[in-house]
Amino acid sequence: MTHISMTVDGVRYDDDVEPRTLLVHHLRDKLGKIGTVVGCDTSNCGACTVLMGGNSVKSCTVLAVQASGMDITTVEGLAGRDGEMHPVQQAFHETHALQCGYCTPGMIMSAVDLLAENPDPTDAEIRDGLEGNLCRCTGYQNIVKAVREAGETMRTARHATPETASAHATRDEVTT
Amino acid sequence: MTVTEDRSGAEVGRERLRKEDARLITGRTMWTENISLPGMLHLGILRSPMAHARITHVDVGPALEMSGVVEAFSGRDIADMQGAMPCVWPVTEDTVLPDYPPLAVDEVRHTGEPVAVVAARDHATAMDALEAIEIDYEPLPVVLDMEEALADGAPLVHADTGTNKCYTWVLDSAEAGTGDDVAQAEADAEIVINRRYIQQRLIPAFMEPRSVVVDPTGEQITMWSATQVPHILRLLLAMSTGVPEQKIRVIAPDVGGGFGGKLQVTPEEFIAFAAARRFGRPVKYVESRSETMLSGHHGRDQIQDVTLCARRDGTVTGISVKLLANMGAYLGIITPGIPILGAFMYGGIYKFPAYRFECSGVFTNTTKTDAYRGAGRPEATFALERAMDDLADELGMDAMEVRRRSWINHDEFPYTTSAGLTYDSGNYEAATEKAMELFGYNELRREQASRRESGDPVQLGIGISTYTEMCGLAPSRILGQLRYGAGGWETASVRMLPTGKVEVITGTSPHGQGHETAWSQIAADRLGVPFDDVEVLHGDTRTSHKGLDTYGSRSLAVGGIALVNACQKVVDKAKPIAAHLLECDPADLEFVDGQYRVKGTPGAGKTLADCALAVFTSHDMPDGVESSLDADATFDPENFSYPHGTHLCATEVDTETGRVTIRSYVAVDDVGRVVNPMIVEGQVHGGVAQGIAQALFEEAVYDADGNLLTGTFVDYTIPSSADLPDIVTDRTETPAPGHPLGSKGVGEAGTIASTPAVVNSVVDALRHLGVSDVRMPCTPERVWQAIRSAQDGAQEGGARL
Repeated sequence: MTHISMTVDGVRYDDDVEPRTLLVHHLRDKLGKIGTVVGCDTSNCGACTVLMGGNSVKSCTVLAVQASGMDITTVEGLAGRDGEMHPVQQAFHETHALQCGYCTPGMIMSAVDLLAENPDPTDAEIRDGLEGNLCRCTGYQNIVKAVREAGETMRTARHATPETASAHATRDEVTT
Repeated sequence: MTVTEDRSGAEVGRERLRKEDARLITGRTMWTENISLPGMLHLGILRSPMAHARITHVDVGPALEMSGVVEAFSGRDIADMQGAMPCVWPVTEDTVLPDYPPLAVDEVRHTGEPVAVVAARDHATAMDALEAIEIDYEPLPVVLDMEEALADGAPLVHADTGTNKCYTWVLDSAEAGTGDDVAQAEADAEIVINRRYIQQRLIPAFMEPRSVVVDPTGEQITMWSATQVPHILRLLLAMSTGVPEQKIRVIAPDVGGGFGGKLQVTPEEFIAFAAARRFGRPVKYVESRSETMLSGHHGRDQIQDVTLCARRDGTVTGISVKLLANMGAYLGIITPGIPILGAFMYGGIYKFPAYRFECSGVFTNTTKTDAYRGAGRPEATFALERAMDDLADELGMDAMEVRRRSWINHDEFPYTTSAGLTYDSGNYEAATEKAMELFGYNELRREQASRRESGDPVQLGIGISTYTEMCGLAPSRILGQLRYGAGGWETASVRMLPTGKVEVITGTSPHGQGHETAWSQIAADRLGVPFDDVEVLHGDTRTSHKGLDTYGSRSLAVGGIALVNACQKVVDKAKPIAAHLLECDPADLEFVDGQYRVKGTPGAGKTLADCALAVFTSHDMPDGVESSLDADATFDPENFSYPHGTHLCATEVDTETGRVTIRSYVAVDDVGRVVNPMIVEGQVHGGVAQGIAQALFEEAVYDADGNLLTGTFVDYTIPSSADLPDIVTDRTETPAPGHPLGSKGVGEAGTIASTPAVVNSVVDALRHLGVSDVRMPCTPERVWQAIRSAQDGAQEGGARL
């Protein structure tokens, strides 16, 4: 057993793990972070994507011990404390960018990373950027749209005055 | 009392965002894999590395000695309690139904077949322990190719049955009295197109691998499973194992996609069920992606020999189809019936006076096949639409013009085909016109001509697919005639809660389709309640006690009517109560905009919520009226649902590298009246993507020994975002007559339409080079080879007359 310590979605966890434990299994089985899911066993599907130190990683390709000392964000830690959705989550909802939802946690985390690196991506850049995340339901068209719209929302928020720029409050709730 | 706003028709047709999304985008989803119970054991399943072998020795003892391993068993240990895997669709009287034990006992017949089980305190230990099981096999000869399997002296997949042929099923329009004789049509034809098309084997590849949890410790044995069919699963568990049906509860929690791949009752479910009963403890089995690819059922895998007869003016006169359909090594619940779902569709949208269909099911040492999105109908549409293009080529006629000559005109509906179906409605002209306009058909044809003329290394192809399909499964009477083991009705219940809120219970079982949203919209309109006041419950046999689940584009087409009828019953039941509250005669009341009002009298009436509260207290009910507004309705359709549409695909094909790029894709579908346009569009997007995937990317491949070479996402290449184009979607709307919503099914339409559109486009780009077919998937290598073969003058293709 190896002792590890990591912060996940803002909470610090200290654990002893078998060295062979994958980060995704540690998150799911030990920490109860079941929002992050496993879709394959060859690191192709990206369903298990989380942010580690701010960068997206497929958590099935990282050993839990490698993540020791790191700050991890999963889909469960993305919304604000008041439950307000992250712009990427909100955009996925508003553009119908998910159907069964199994790829969605990983897809959202990859999209967050993509927009951090490239705040104003073209559709082609979005498609290339999400190539490592597989979806079987949507044909990706609405996912691309969601990322594009989330990017717009986040850019608008960034350019807004400090009072109105509270994270991501610029978009009206869309109900129809 | 709050006055209800005018809500008539307010919800249906509206782009409501999905109720389902909140949990799915925040990671609060209840996948089966997320379920953990006290004392639960984790199962590992040892699978056969051989495609055909006798099991000569199994010893699970060494696994049991490992720390953390609690139980282990082989097929022999549970032979008397595991039940047998059921097939509910023997399509003929003499369909061969081989024994299919969940856990192999004496013999294995495909790689990946379960042979032994360990149960451990955690998943990793179970995986480790599988390696300690001692098992010996005596190899037996393997047969993989369907034509070889039917040849004399071929090794038998099931020696005791004496044959590799599962059945032969025939539909002949002359014999059935539904049309002319195909042999005569062929003799009289001015043109006969003979072609062989290959439907490669596909893997459904839903994103959530299958998993199952069983808790045997309660009064009922509870099974959670990543399934499309919780009701069918419960019934078949009971019938197969002898455990009384009322002692089994099945729950399909959130399910991550299915596409037919989870329209199954699986050996793994039966094994987990047996293990939990044997141990008296909860068990959990979570499948790896590789295991899902290897042993979850596959789809398609047919050889299609097609003869299309026509006159020189392009009018079609007959079509005859001879199919070989690979069953795999065993029969899943509806394996034999999958090609039969296509049997009625080889005429598509055209007026074929004569029709003949013959299909033989064949056993091979491969994973069983069964439903995959479209199930039979994509195969039929592909062969037909490819053949129509070949006919156009033969006649030197525009591919759209040749279709126009023979399709059913909008004023000819209802139209009874020579396959015996009565298409209720459609407007192929309108959908085609819209599609051609959006696509820029004529401009693209001009560009194609100029590229051909200039010898551009990148050629342009235009692919057409005009389709219809039979969905909304299904009229029970017809299913009975086809020897299917169940009916095709669907059910819905409405519970009026005392506060006026509503619970809708559906027997359908969504796994990504958005029923919670769409059913809320329907109920809100019919009951005159706000969308947010409706909760839709499904997928648990305790709450949704009756249903036939979700597949075959049936949920809205059939289950939607059940819901409308249940809502109407509630409205009818509330009427005497409202009359009592309003102190008037029920006959004087009308239910408008969610209120009962005295006819012709404006002003306040009584809402269903008022009636629900009155029923709850029941202090002052009218005499003889039941103290309940709740209602159930079960609906059995008279006919199938016939969506249709026109899909157009333009591809650029690099003749030097064989690379195919989709330049534009237009899908105009007619699915009748639409409940939620956003969801419908999403279904088309995803369906088209899966059809494109068959055309260009996916194929399950076995080596000569029966090892699956495409058992992971590395080798089985489902498309990524970088592989697919944006598609242009639009709709025409021809309401389904007799359907209270006017809706038709949409779940499979995109997949059915798109594959031939893409392949027709690829072939169209290369016709002038002598290419008349490219086998799917049209990979760069296959395209390049097709060009080379044509250039070498050794082009394979159908014999031409």
